[in-house]
Amino acid sequence: MQLWSASNLVVAGLLLAGLTLLLIGRRHRLWREVLVQLRRRRPLALLVVAGYVTVALLDSVRWVGGVDAGGDVVAQHEARSVLDRLFAGRRERSYSAPLADREFYGHAPLRHPGGHLLGTDILGRDVLLLTLKGARVALLIGGLTSLIAIPLALLFGVSAGYWGRRIDDGVFFVMSTLASMPTLLLLIALVMVLGRSTVAVCLALAVTSWVGFCRLARGETFKLREMDYVQAARALGVSDLRILLRHIVPNLMHLVVITFVLMFSGLVLSEAILSWLGLGIEGSWGQMIDQARDELSRDPAIWWNLAAAGVALFTLLLAVNFVGDAVRDILDPRTRREPT
Amino acid sequence: MLTYVVRRLLHGCVVVLGVLLFLFLLFFTLTDPDDIARRALGEKALPAVIAQWKANHGYDRPLWPWRGGRDSMLVEHYRRMLTFDFGRSDTDDAPIVDRLRHGVGPSLALTVPMFVIGLLLSIVLALFVAFFRETYIDRMGVLLAVLAMSLSVLLYIIGAQYVIGKLLRWFPISGFDADPRVAWRFLALPVLVGVAASLGGDVRFYRTVFVEETGRDYVRTARAKGCGEGRIMWVHVLRNAMIPILTHVVLAVPFLFTGSLLLESFFGIPGLGSLTVDAINGNDFSTLRTMVYLGSLLFVGGQILTDISYALVDPRVRLS
Repeated sequence: MQLWSASNLVVAGLLLAGLTLLLIGRRHRLWREVLVQLRRRRPLALLVVAGYVTVALLDSVRWVGGVDAGGDVVAQHEARSVLDRLFAGRRERSYSAPLADREFYGHAPLRHPGGHLLGTDILGRDVLLLTLKGARVALLIGGLTSLIAIPLALLFGVSAGYWGRRIDDGVFFVMSTLASMPTLLLLIALVMVLGRSTVAVCLALAVTSWVGFCRLARGETFKLREMDYVQAARALGVSDLRILLRHIVPNLMHLVVITFVLMFSGLVLSEAILSWLGLGIEGSWGQMIDQARDELSRDPAIWWNLAAAGVALFTLLLAVNFVGDAVRDILDPRTRREPT
Repeated sequence: MLTYVVRRLLHGCVVVLGVLLFLFLLFFTLTDPDDIARRALGEKALPAVIAQWKANHGYDRPLWPWRGGRDSMLVEHYRRMLTFDFGRSDTDDAPIVDRLRHGVGPSLALTVPMFVIGLLLSIVLALFVAFFRETYIDRMGVLLAVLAMSLSVLLYIIGAQYVIGKLLRWFPISGFDADPRVAWRFLALPVLVGVAASLGGDVRFYRTVFVEETGRDYVRTARAKGCGEGRIMWVHVLRNAMIPILTHVVLAVPFLFTGSLLLESFFGIPGLGSLTVDAINGNDFSTLRTMVYLGSLLFVGGQILTDISYALVDPRVRLS
C-alpha cells in the first residue's frame, strides 16, 4: 500500500474514533453536561480549535493526480492534500511581502500579483499555505503523543495502584528514574537515538510526558481501591479485570480528559524547541520560526514568515489553554455546580 | 529519624543506578557504535579508522558482563560514571571535566539572577492577584498569565533580541565577558527573557496555592479576631504557603547548575547549556550522557535534601 492511502486510512480511523467517543460521551450525563457547559463558557475558544481541526483534516486527505504539474514528472506522482489543491500553481520565485505585486528583492513582477495574503518565503512558496499546513503537524504532535502516553500511563498507574506491592515498586522505580532526568535533555537524547521521524519524535515526547499522569492515576486508583463499592464487588467474587474495567478506569476518565487538554500545549511547545535544535518534525511551526529567525536580521527584514507561524502557534495554544482551564473547572468537584 | 534518612538515601542511590542503566540502554544498546564513530569521523571514514576510533573510545568491548566480565561496557560505564571519570568528548577528544568546570560559572551567572528575580516577582504578583480574587483584577491577571504561557520561548527570545537588542540598542544582542563589570550588560537581556518566559506559568501556579490557602480555617480565625485583609495575605497566608513554594524552589535549584539550553545558545553565553547544544549539534554522545547523568544526580540530591528538611520540620513525617 502506498503511504498516502495509508495516511488517509489513519485519518478515517481517527475521525471514526472521535465520532464514536462523542456519541458515547453524549449518552452519559456527566459528559453531556461538560459539552454543554463548555459551549456556554468558551464558545470562541472551541470555535478556534474546531477551525484548526478542520484545516488539519483538509490537509490530511490526499491523493495523486488531478493537478496540472506542468510537465514535472516528480510533481505528477506526488500525493496532494485538499489544501495543496486549493493553493495549486501559486508558486513564485522568491520572497514577496504580503499582498505585494513585486518580488521583495529585485522588484521583478510576480506571477500572481496581490495573491499572497501572507507573502511568500525564500523558495516562493505561499506562507499562508505553509502556516495552514502546520496545523496538521501540531495536532499530530499533540494527538499521537497523547495516544501513546495516556494509555501507557493508565496501564502502569492503574496496575501499580490496584495490585500494589512488587508491581507498585517496579512502576514507582521507573517513574522516579524518568522523572529525575532533566526533561529537555532526556527528550533530546531520545530523539537523537530514536531518529527524527514523526513517530520517533512523538514517541520521545510520550516517554518524557507520561510520568505525571501515571503518578496521578496511581494515586487515584489507590483511593478508589478502598471505596466501599469496590470492596463489595471484590467480596461478591467479581474478577480483578472486571473491577478495573467497570469501577476503576471509568472513574479515572475525567482525569484522562483534563490531562489530555492540559498536556497538549506543552507538547507543541516542546516540539518547537526541538525544531530549533534541528530535531523537530518537518513542516511544523517550530521549524518555520527557526528558519525565519535569520530572515529577521536581513535588511530590510523578512518578518511575515515569523509572524504567521508565531501567531498561528500562539492562537492555537491560547484556545487550547482556555478550553483546558474550563474543562478542569467543570470537572473539578470543588468548583462544579450540579445542574438544578 | 535515622532510619528515615537512610531509607531516603538508599532510594536515591537506586534511582541514580536506574538512570545509569537507562542511559546505558539508550546510548550503548540502541545506538550502533559504528554509527557514533561515523558521525564523529564523517560518512566516508575507512573501516580501519573506525575500528581504531572505537578502540580509543572504548566502544569495541562486549556490552554485557556475562560476555566480557569486568571488561564489559556496562561495568565500565557504571565504574566511570560513579567515580566521575567522564572521559573525553566523542567529537574532539577534549576532557569533558575541563569543559564542565569552565561552563559552570557563566551558567550560574545567568540562571541565579534569573531564578531569584523570577521567584520574587512571581510571588509578589501572585499575592497581589490572589488578594483581589474573584474580582476583575484577578480575572485580568489570570488572562494575562494564560496569554504569556501560550507564547513559545523562541518567540520571547527572538522578539527581545529584535526589539531591545536591534531596534532600541539598549543591550548587546549576544556575547559574554568574564569581567563582571562588563558581563552584566550581556546578561541583562537573557535574564529579562528568562524571567518573562516563565512568569505566566509561575504566577498562575502560586496564585492557585495562595487562593487555596485563603479558604482555610486559620484565615477565618484571623479575620474573626479583627485582622486586616492585607495583613492576613502578607503574613498569615504567605507564611503558610511557604511549604509548596519551598518544594517548587528546592526542586528547581539543581537545574540552575545545568544552565539553560535555549538562552545560553541564543545569547552566546559559554555555559553548560551551550556545551550541551554543541554536543547535540556535533553528535557528541559522551558529553550528552554526562550532562543527563549530572542533571539527575543533582535532582535526586535536591529531592533527598527536601525530604530530610521536611522531616526536621514536620513531626508527622519524622515519627512515621
